[in-house]
Amino acid sequence: MRHIISIGDFNRKEIDALLDHARQIDQRKYDKNVLYGKILATLFFEPSTRTRMSFESAMARLGGTSLSVGSVEACSIAKGETLADTIRVVSGYADAIVIRHPKEGAARLAAEFAAVPVINAGDGAGQHPSQTLLDLYTIRQSMPIDKIDVALIGDLRYGRTAHSLALALSLYNARLHTISPKGLELPATLAAELSERGMEIVEHDDINEVICDLDVLYVTRIQRERFPDTASYFNVASSYRITPELLVGAKKHLIILHPLPRVDEIDPRVDELPYARYFEQSRNGIPVRMAMLMRVMQ
Amino acid sequence: MKKTENEENEGLLVRRIKNGTVIDHIDGGEALNVVKILGITGTTQEALSIATNVPSRNMGCKDIVKLTNRELSKEEVDRIALISPRATINIIRNFKVCEKKGVEIPALIVGLVRCPNPGCISNTNEPIQSKFEVLPKGLHCFYCSWVITKDLTSYII
Repeated sequence: MRHIISIGDFNRKEIDALLDHARQIDQRKYDKNVLYGKILATLFFEPSTRTRMSFESAMARLGGTSLSVGSVEACSIAKGETLADTIRVVSGYADAIVIRHPKEGAARLAAEFAAVPVINAGDGAGQHPSQTLLDLYTIRQSMPIDKIDVALIGDLRYGRTAHSLALALSLYNARLHTISPKGLELPATLAAELSERGMEIVEHDDINEVICDLDVLYVTRIQRERFPDTASYFNVASSYRITPELLVGAKKHLIILHPLPRVDEIDPRVDELPYARYFEQSRNGIPVRMAMLMRVMQ
Repeated sequence: MKKTENEENEGLLVRRIKNGTVIDHIDGGEALNVVKILGITGTTQEALSIATNVPSRNMGCKDIVKLTNRELSKEEVDRIALISPRATINIIRNFKVCEKKGVEIPALIVGLVRCPNPGCISNTNEPIQSKFEVLPKGLHCFYCSWVITKDLTSYII
């Protein structure tokens, strides 16, 4: 049985094959009924808009249907049921499970108890492989991924999309630049793993130091709840804000990505610049997730 | 005949046992952690003798644990390798050493170590045991990928 739990479980050949498949799907070269009669269960124990809707949309475009549990408050978890039991039960209702959960490793646990394939749609501060695959897909639309300079900016401690992407980029010999507020740096264990994989990581205090050298700028949201008060949040958030003025002197082919939702970290005026790719990135979630669903259910 | 170093030490510190297990060559000061790893508590029935910081020609100092009427399995003793890779296990039957073996670091540690990551699913009420892969860099949590690189004994359950 094929599960998709962590981008770390993929080698480069497998990632490239999945992205090639997503491209074919994007070019409408696929069977629209390939998953006809199949049911996808979406178990989201944390809020989600894009990930959940795009998985459901992807399933519908392949001829399948989706089931979901509404809110956590309305499901058996609220009655004290363990995740393991929920997964065993839902395995009987669906042909694959997409799960988002606040605890790290929850998807790995789900895969142990499930009788059907499991796809991780985010586990706490851990992994978010479908987001990473669509991030890579979006980068590949603009440039080859090999040996590029990628900056991760924002909350790199709790930002699972940044963790997953950094791991994947290590397969492509990319150089990683990190810019984050004090206390929200990349976890030491992840940084050690990336270095072990041969990745060069450069920490910066200020985005201005590196903006002219970048091929990809990956922006993540700085969460207000990580700060003791609103004033200190605004103080930090404003120094990490991407504006048109900051981008003067950037490489012509620079692309700016963001897993969304965006709050204050990208000035809306940036949306009009050719660098902005975050809405296209979000749309790319459909072909990439269609390729993932076909990978686990076919 | 001259007594060996072990015999001298044991003669002085702890009596020979008729049946059971002697764990020798434990790194000095680690005996209590070895006992903890083996799950031996104050409520355990077996008689237990511990000698710590016994002078040793090869090791400088070592610890010894003797456990009567219990033969440890390979899985149990291999766990000791995590904190004391030079330990040797002697299975004693009727005062004679019937088996003597070293310890091997296992590939997977199940239910022995608590994941230090408070956000890990293994630290909840789920019906699972913690699971760590033993890698050269440390113990890697199967669930959340946290790596324990130091102070292993403080995470023993």
